[in-house]
Amino acid sequence: MSNHALRAILNGQAVPLREVPELTLASFREAILEGTRGGARLACLCATPDLRLFAVLADDAEKRLRVAWARLPGTRYQALTPECPQAHLFEREIAEQFGIIPEGHPWFKPVRYHLPWSDLPSPWGRDEGSLPAVTDFFKVSGEEVHEVAVGPVHAGVIEPGHFRFQCHGETVIHLEIALGFQHRGIERAMLGGPHALSLKQAETTSGDSTIAHGWAYCRLLEALAGVEVPARTDRVRGVALELERMANHVGDLGALSGDVGFLPTASFCGRIRGDWLNLSAEVCGSRLGRDWLKPGGLHHDLNPAMATGLLPRLVKSWADTRDAVELLWSAASVVIRFEMAGRLEPTQAREIGLVGVPARACGVNLDVRKDHPFGPYRAHPIPASLAESGNVHSRAWVRWLELIESQRFLSEALEALAGSDPDPRAGPLPPLAADTLCVSMTEGWRGEVLHLALTDGHGRFARYKIVDPSFHNWFGLALALRGEQISDFPLCNKSFNLSYCGHDL
Amino acid sequence: MTYETPMIHILLSRWRQGHRTLTYPKVVPRLPERFRGLPRIQAEKCPEGCRACADACPTETIQLGPAGPQVNLGRCLFCPECSEACPEGAIHYSQDHRLAASTCDDLMVVPGEDYRRAHAMGAELKRVLGRSLKLRVVSAGGCNGCEVDVNVLGTIAWDLGRFGIQYVASPRHADGLLITGPVTKNMELALRKTYDAVPHPKIVIAVGACAIQGGPFFRQAEQLGGASSVVPVDLYIPGCPPHPLTILDGLLRFLGKLGTEGKRA
Repeated sequence: MSNHALRAILNGQAVPLREVPELTLASFREAILEGTRGGARLACLCATPDLRLFAVLADDAEKRLRVAWARLPGTRYQALTPECPQAHLFEREIAEQFGIIPEGHPWFKPVRYHLPWSDLPSPWGRDEGSLPAVTDFFKVSGEEVHEVAVGPVHAGVIEPGHFRFQCHGETVIHLEIALGFQHRGIERAMLGGPHALSLKQAETTSGDSTIAHGWAYCRLLEALAGVEVPARTDRVRGVALELERMANHVGDLGALSGDVGFLPTASFCGRIRGDWLNLSAEVCGSRLGRDWLKPGGLHHDLNPAMATGLLPRLVKSWADTRDAVELLWSAASVVIRFEMAGRLEPTQAREIGLVGVPARACGVNLDVRKDHPFGPYRAHPIPASLAESGNVHSRAWVRWLELIESQRFLSEALEALAGSDPDPRAGPLPPLAADTLCVSMTEGWRGEVLHLALTDGHGRFARYKIVDPSFHNWFGLALALRGEQISDFPLCNKSFNLSYCGHDL
Repeated sequence: MTYETPMIHILLSRWRQGHRTLTYPKVVPRLPERFRGLPRIQAEKCPEGCRACADACPTETIQLGPAGPQVNLGRCLFCPECSEACPEGAIHYSQDHRLAASTCDDLMVVPGEDYRRAHAMGAELKRVLGRSLKLRVVSAGGCNGCEVDVNVLGTIAWDLGRFGIQYVASPRHADGLLITGPVTKNMELALRKTYDAVPHPKIVIAVGACAIQGGPFFRQAEQLGGASSVVPVDLYIPGCPPHPLTILDGLLRFLGKLGTEGKRA
């Protein structure tokens, strides 16, 4: 794709706002439609309080991000979604945050059930007293058709969300997912920042992806401050991210086993997941990687003695992981259950802009570590792990392949870190560049994490946008459930294992 | 072509994986050297008029009292900012994982004073719930961090069931709620309804900085500042998130089951 109307930038590159092309609304629209038709993904579409629209197209083949903006003449514009389904949730979000109405949007509903940040009225006439998830749900009617409503509070240790299934007997005709219960206002909290709490809020955007979000935030600040992070520090950050992936993928494979009643792997993985989390805790004191990274460097370095000490624990944890997971693949009853559930077509995956594990499980070859390499992944690449069938089995299998790659990366990185001295402690960052845009992406264990910042004339955040992979992927779960038995919802849901809080912000 | 796993493979795996349930509370598991537990403050080291720790704290949870800096663990994220900012090393995190408290006031760490850990539930409550405590978990704006470490207690490593504690799927089957998250406005009604559905007598446990006082979101108008803004809370377990050992310590302390806690491994 060559979309010359847009400015090409690299992942984590700060660019002065005056160098980001301003397009007319018509050509902005055309650039997005042409770009996505040509194979680019709409990685981010967002508005600002002064009624401007910003778009980030990810051109994975060219390893470039393309950005542009347009000024809205009023509070209405022609929706992109009918021609570009990837824009679907972004346009609902724009409407909810700023009261801007994308006319002709085919599925026009709130996203998180809050009132606009600006003085404009809620497009749905909502007020302070309005309740979350009270909206028109898609409804199927007919003989023997029934509706199942679940949540927000679920029957386990799970975040809240509301699910409406339209069923005919056991078969799900349609599932609609209403979220927003976890909305705690992270993007709004970032305005005027960076504040003392901004790093903590980035880390807790989705607490199981502390490193993925924390790293995206740190890189964004470093680019805006014009600070280069030393290669060894980047390698340590890579270790942090891959340990996060190991723990969560192992946990997911265990939970998937549990959902089909294969208890040996479920029990083993529940415990082994903790072993991986404990490796992170060894370095930074927190099982979830809290306060491991900080803008400019690390709160907690991984010194040679520590790296040497972690190596045998890595070997042991990996041996246990292999033993537990290989048992899973040798059980025909498990494999067949996995293969028969939750299929998503590659064309659907591309149309809705799916990312991460569910996209790669459909054979869509994307991974930020490969396509928009950051930190250590330029010098120490990790290939994308792919499967073809787009079902539960493929999503489980991709996780397994990624475990193998991450383990290799970790092993090499710890060897290298054991033989090199830590970088000097990073001092505070210089002030951030004024009137500048930066987009920073990482590949978390769920998929693409995107943070975008626009600074004002004083180098403070005039807009901070976070796109968790779950924002792209929840709709994929709804599609994967069509035609499935409702009893398979837990299995399908677990195979995506999406974040509620990452979506709700 | 796949065949069903011969049982011998499962048994061999079981043998290789071994018996891994922790012996806690007989032996307290080793925690990493960099684990950040109960803060220790040596106020005698504080330079005159210094407020470096209080200024560095992102949640403003450190106040300068007459005895020196005091930390309100309710909003402490256990981040290293205060200890890194202190020019004299007067404040540091110890390895002490025992953080649960019975009231919000007890969450204050004051130099020279013992930390007031949670006491056991009353005799009548203990008679009813002491041997079997069923909890309904409500995530009300949590980041899934506390949820992760609450969940982990159910794995074979911790085996929560051996203490008679279990997470249940319905509030009607529960003796109380375990709440995570700052309670977002959007979860207020759901939390209230869940609480109302739990039969009496019932207890409430707030896990994590968010559920105690709003955590990293304490300034946000989108949340209410913790569980006690909606329901009465009987046990507070600080942390961001609390270590599973901290959570279990709090639960056992509350049930009055920690008389036999052993030595650290």
